[in-house]
Amino acid sequence: MADPTTDPAATLYRTVALVRGFEQRAVELVRAKVVLGGIHPYTGQEAIAAGTCAALRPDDVITSTHRGHGHVLAKGADPARTMAELAGRTTGLNQGRGGSMHAADFGVGVLGANAVVGAAVPIAAGAAWAFRRAGSDRVALTYFGDGAVSQGVVLEAFNLAALWRVPLVLVCENNGFATTMRTADTVAGSILGRAAAFGIPARTVDGTDPEAVRDATAEAVARARAGDGPTLLECTAYRFDAHHTWEHTARPRYRTDAEIAAGRARDPLEIQGARIPAATRAAIDADVAELLDRAVRFACEGPHPDPATALDHLYATGMRARAGAN
Amino acid sequence: MPNLSYLKALNRAIGDEMDRDEAVCVFGEDVGVAVTHATAGLLKRFGPDRVLDTPISEQAFTSFATGAAMAGLRPLIEFQIPALLFLVFEQIANQAHKFSLMTGGQTRVPVTYLLPGSGSRESWAGQHSDHPYSLFAHVGVKTVVPATPADAYGLLATAIRDDDPVVVFAPSGALGVREDLDLARLAPVPLGVGRIHRSGTDVTVVAVGHLVHDALAVAEELAGSISVEVFDPRSLFPFDWSGLAASLERTGRLVVVDDSNRTCGVGGEIIATAAEEMRLIAPPRRVTRPDGAVLPFARGLDLACQPTRAQLRAAVEKAVGAG
Ligand SMILES: Cc1ncc(C[n+]2csc(CCOP(=O)(O)OP(=O)(O)O)c2C)c(N)n1
Repeated sequence: MADPTTDPAATLYRTVALVRGFEQRAVELVRAKVVLGGIHPYTGQEAIAAGTCAALRPDDVITSTHRGHGHVLAKGADPARTMAELAGRTTGLNQGRGGSMHAADFGVGVLGANAVVGAAVPIAAGAAWAFRRAGSDRVALTYFGDGAVSQGVVLEAFNLAALWRVPLVLVCENNGFATTMRTADTVAGSILGRAAAFGIPARTVDGTDPEAVRDATAEAVARARAGDGPTLLECTAYRFDAHHTWEHTARPRYRTDAEIAAGRARDPLEIQGARIPAATRAAIDADVAELLDRAVRFACEGPHPDPATALDHLYATGMRARAGAN
Repeated sequence: MPNLSYLKALNRAIGDEMDRDEAVCVFGEDVGVAVTHATAGLLKRFGPDRVLDTPISEQAFTSFATGAAMAGLRPLIEFQIPALLFLVFEQIANQAHKFSLMTGGQTRVPVTYLLPGSGSRESWAGQHSDHPYSLFAHVGVKTVVPATPADAYGLLATAIRDDDPVVVFAPSGALGVREDLDLARLAPVPLGVGRIHRSGTDVTVVAVGHLVHDALAVAEELAGSISVEVFDPRSLFPFDWSGLAASLERTGRLVVVDDSNRTCGVGGEIIATAAEEMRLIAPPRRVTRPDGAVLPFARGLDLACQPTRAQLRAAVEKAVGAG
């Protein structure tokens, strides 16, 4: 049997399975009202998180989006503490202060998911620049959606990154939609064309194939480490589930069942699963299921934060703000 | 004793902090040749890796600095125009300021935002004359408004060393102020500690930024009849509430003069807190810009929107007369 800790194909499969399973458990916890505020499910896009992070070193960093669970887990965050964060517990990555849209784990190089579309791109660029200034060869990688390429700040960041040749990998996750709007209805020109305008090398990658994503990312990372500046990867995939779990009840109509079925037919889990022996796959599935069972238990058992600590960490210096009533 | 200008004090503070700490770096438009003078000589002294002329991309370079800060640096950003803060309010108020709490204390964002020339610039009209410090105090971003060269040096040095984002408003009305100073005695000034520029017994005038100098002039004018204490909070957030309370213990009367718009301006907060918690023997008064003011171009109209010495004097006389 292939050992998932040494066989790259099995390792990639394991990450995809972990992210897929995590999303499913998280959706269940939303339904059970353990996770409040809902989540933006990542199902269908797992190959992007798994493939990109497989090409990074532990000391490289990422910035993420409102749809960030996959990135956070693939970069190495503990699934139990990630789930606890979604559940708002003190045992969560951010001690319950961030939730789904702000999950961060600086210990494994996750500088934070970000709820403002496009906002994390310049942040990653700045971190990457700081690494280079410190004389290290660490790189930063930033994820953003197809919707984000219409944000001025993203394009401004392209300019800075290219101009200053910062060691940055720009990963556009083109899942076909910005909420309910089709990419073709929001993006004039093309996503690759955005990069071309700044002289940034760019290519489209099949974002349902973890190995294709990994290999393309590895090239971009090598370029960044060599001091040759940013690269854009447009990773195409299809979002299987809702934009956000509110859709599970509100049910807005913006895509047909036939289209969803066609999208789901290219499933990263199956694509990578077919590359490893059936027995290895079954063993990984069982292992991941058990890990996620424990993660859910850990999340549900974690203490809720004490309301008296609501503004802990507001200032890094420990300054205490005045209370709202006294 | 050397005669230090306010702008030179800002420049010295940046240079001294860059000397002290390799992590300090400067971003901004035209900072290399230092069109505002605040960054004069720094490029030559510290090189292009630490003093970066940026493209005109305020939103990107403001968050770029946030990322650099999270990776261990201490960036200072110079903005050429105070209204650019409206452009980067998202990057400061919604990103940099929120990271410490949202991450559960995993990171800090020690960025300084310097505005060398805030407020009216003598007829630069609607989009160059804002003084938006109240907005930053409202959202809880550390906000300082130095009035003198020594305080400009001390507060900027502290802002650069602080582990949180800090906005430093250098009012254009104060940039021309000079002070005879022993340069060896320039030192950081803590945030949240006000300064009494003149003590008095009848009324406390809280003056923000360049208006400290107007308040001192009015206090001098009234010296024979009314004893005015001039209290300069120096930082608006955090605010020196205990220093103000101590002053009001002595005077019991309060006038606030603040060059920002009246509704939801910091002046209103100062008065509300004094009314709730401090000794007042007469109704407090405030002198501010009008509600919702946009400074018009023509000089007379611009001035008509800014707090004047005459208004301050009248407010002080009213506060005392009502006592
Ligand atoms: C600046 C901004 N505008 C609007 C929103 C509301 N919003 C959240 S996600 C989203 C769609 C984003 O689409 P895309 O970038 O393609 O990412 P995807 O959701 O498809 O992963 C919108 C409009 C937001 N969070 N930030």
